[in-house]
Amino acid sequence: MVGDDVEETLKRIEAHKGVIGTIVVNSEGIPIRTTLDNSTTVLYAGHLRNLTALAKSTVRDIDPQNDLTFLRIRSKKHEIMLAPENNFLLIVIQNPCE
Amino acid sequence: MPVTNNNNASQAKKGPNVQKGPGTKSTKAPSKKKDEDEAVDMGDGLDEWSPGKLLKPADQLELTEAELKEEITRVLTANNPHAPQNIVRYSFKDRSYKAISVVDQLAIHFVLEGSLLHQDSDEARRWRVKEGLAEENKTSETGEESDEDHAETVATPVEDGGEVEEAGEDDRPDSTVSKTDKEELKLKNQFNFSERASQTLNNPFRERRCQTEPPPRSNFSSTANQWEIYDAYLEELQRQEKNKEKQKAPQLKKDGEKMKRKVMLMETQSDDISRVGKASKIFERMVNQNTFDDIAQDFKYFEDASDEFRDQEGTLLPLWKFQYDKAKRLSVTALCWNNKYQDLFAVGMGSYDFTKQGHGMLIFYSMKNSAFPEYIYPTTSGILCLDIHEQHSYLVAVGFYDGCVAVYNLKVEGVEPVYKSTAKTGKHTDPVWQVRWQSDDMDNNHNFYSVSSDGRVVSWTLVKNELIFTDIIRLSVNGAMSEGSDGAQLPSIACGTSFDFHKQIDYLFLVGTEEGKIHKCSKTYSSQVLETYDAHTMAVDAVKWNHFHPKVFLSCSSDWTVKIWDHTINSPMFTVDLSAGVGDVAWSPYSSTVFAAVTTAGIVHVFDLSINKYEAICQQPVVAKKKTKLTQIDFNPIYPVIIVGDDRGHVTSLKLSPNLRKKPKSKKGQDLPKGPEVEVAKMEKLLSLLREPEKIPV
Repeated sequence: MVGDDVEETLKRIEAHKGVIGTIVVNSEGIPIRTTLDNSTTVLYAGHLRNLTALAKSTVRDIDPQNDLTFLRIRSKKHEIMLAPENNFLLIVIQNPCE
Repeated sequence: MPVTNNNNASQAKKGPNVQKGPGTKSTKAPSKKKDEDEAVDMGDGLDEWSPGKLLKPADQLELTEAELKEEITRVLTANNPHAPQNIVRYSFKDRSYKAISVVDQLAIHFVLEGSLLHQDSDEARRWRVKEGLAEENKTSETGEESDEDHAETVATPVEDGGEVEEAGEDDRPDSTVSKTDKEELKLKNQFNFSERASQTLNNPFRERRCQTEPPPRSNFSSTANQWEIYDAYLEELQRQEKNKEKQKAPQLKKDGEKMKRKVMLMETQSDDISRVGKASKIFERMVNQNTFDDIAQDFKYFEDASDEFRDQEGTLLPLWKFQYDKAKRLSVTALCWNNKYQDLFAVGMGSYDFTKQGHGMLIFYSMKNSAFPEYIYPTTSGILCLDIHEQHSYLVAVGFYDGCVAVYNLKVEGVEPVYKSTAKTGKHTDPVWQVRWQSDDMDNNHNFYSVSSDGRVVSWTLVKNELIFTDIIRLSVNGAMSEGSDGAQLPSIACGTSFDFHKQIDYLFLVGTEEGKIHKCSKTYSSQVLETYDAHTMAVDAVKWNHFHPKVFLSCSSDWTVKIWDHTINSPMFTVDLSAGVGDVAWSPYSSTVFAAVTTAGIVHVFDLSINKYEAICQQPVVAKKKTKLTQIDFNPIYPVIIVGDDRGHVTSLKLSPNLRKKPKSKKGQDLPKGPEVEVAKMEKLLSLLREPEKIPV
């Protein structure tokens, strides 16, 4: 119920209505799984990694026992959702249907 | 210049060897060109320019080796080589020309007209006299000036405190005065004053440089944050603790190593996608939340305002729809909310159709993710009933169409149940229609009850790895013993079709049968039933005790009726005809007078007896296709939401509008009383109204 399920869950997310793309970035900053083209992936991964680190630093700076779990950025066009976990970074870009 | 002179000199001197003479100035007389060249060379101390190389000018005289080697003696004399050697003068005394014996050998090489005068010479004296007059004037003037200047200089510092210009001006006359006073006069030739300067030969500069290889460098940067410091301290603390442990328990080294190995394995899971497992699960929910944002908002906040205009009636607002691809052909046969995690509910899938028996499924959905189930357990036989344990909400008891019962543990991985009854362990011979968890027995073992068409009510106890059964009662048409069931008079109806346990009185329970009777039984009496109610003309699909009032229960049947009973009275208190077979009925957890029923016509009926005894306050079709039959219904323990299952495998969630959730109005000045008591009182009030006319036999 572990490895396969994660794979299936990610596939379901990718196939979900409104989801533009998903990226999984490993601890070194290299995207290991993506549904977008290479240049976009690298662009997103680079920028969002920095942002996540900054957000995490902010949260922990205020209270070191706290930690960042999720980050959601709502923009005019999309919603970008970030989850840093186990030094990995999971990114999902969705177009919320409104 | 020296070279050419010497050439001439050597040519001139080849013949005569010795020349003597006083008064001649010495000339430089090097012997050989080579020496000269060498001298020139020696003058150069730098290697780079002429390492042993001779620099020959273009017009150098070429001589043969022999000639070069010839020794030529040179003598240094004081004679002037340019001086004439025989000067003849006419002597008038002798009236002849006579040679002068002494020839002037003075050669003047250089003449410079100087401007210095000897101080004792006439001219100097004359000049001094001149100067003296001027000086006297000057000195007198300067003396006066100096006095004035002194005064001024004394004054100026006081006045200006050091203006450079004025001080400078003052200084000059002072200096001249001092000069004239102190030093001796320099006698200058005022006409021929010239200055000459010469510059030394400047050696060319050369630069030599040497560069070593730079040491290897790298950039290091870091930040010092609150949390970095905290982390560092934590690490240190852990390290210290580990050290302490190591010191304390050397025996546990082996275990420690094993642990380390495990830890190592965990750490080397690099690039494994399962590391984002938790996050991806939450992400699925987030994505769903975004897509179904309006539904989530409705669920949380929407209250139908039009209820105020609708008298007593209410509506059901459709929220999420849950369906699973692989369960499309199955019908929902059981629904149960989880008490602990109130967004989680279990759906049992199977089939009521005798001819269409196949596999089944146990599926768990969460309201947070309507697209995909949380847990899926496929089963070989269709599920007919399920129940989630109240305290241990990970334990689920399931009854199958083939008569087995099973217990699933959600915490355990795998799709198999942790317990399953088999033919040996007393499984039912007919479909199991209802299971219910009971409180733990005296040995703290979990146990549950099941009822089946084979007429047995069985208690199952979970003892370690086994399921131990005990027959509680055997139902019969007359009361206690039941003969073998007919099974398939109507496909979906069988004997012993439902039961329910009293909320407060633990041993008391009700069993509904295929024949339409309801038996009130006790756990302790295995052969006798306490009472029998002739409830329906067809099989009793569900019996439910009221959550609040200890005496009231509901029953529903495919004979289109729903009946409300007081268990002390043999006839129903209320009867409601719903014009279609009633699949399921449920009391609401928030009110003792509200219940809901679902029919095969696809309509949900909600009743509130305190408002309207004879009509539903809400009758609403909830499924799109008219042929869909609703099979199950359940109220959420805390939210105003009901879930309805149909025979297409869909579960629809609906929100109850405010009118359906009315609580008793508080009297003016009084606080709202606590729930259960009020509810009981409400019900009691209703019943008392009914009891009077009920007593009159019809």
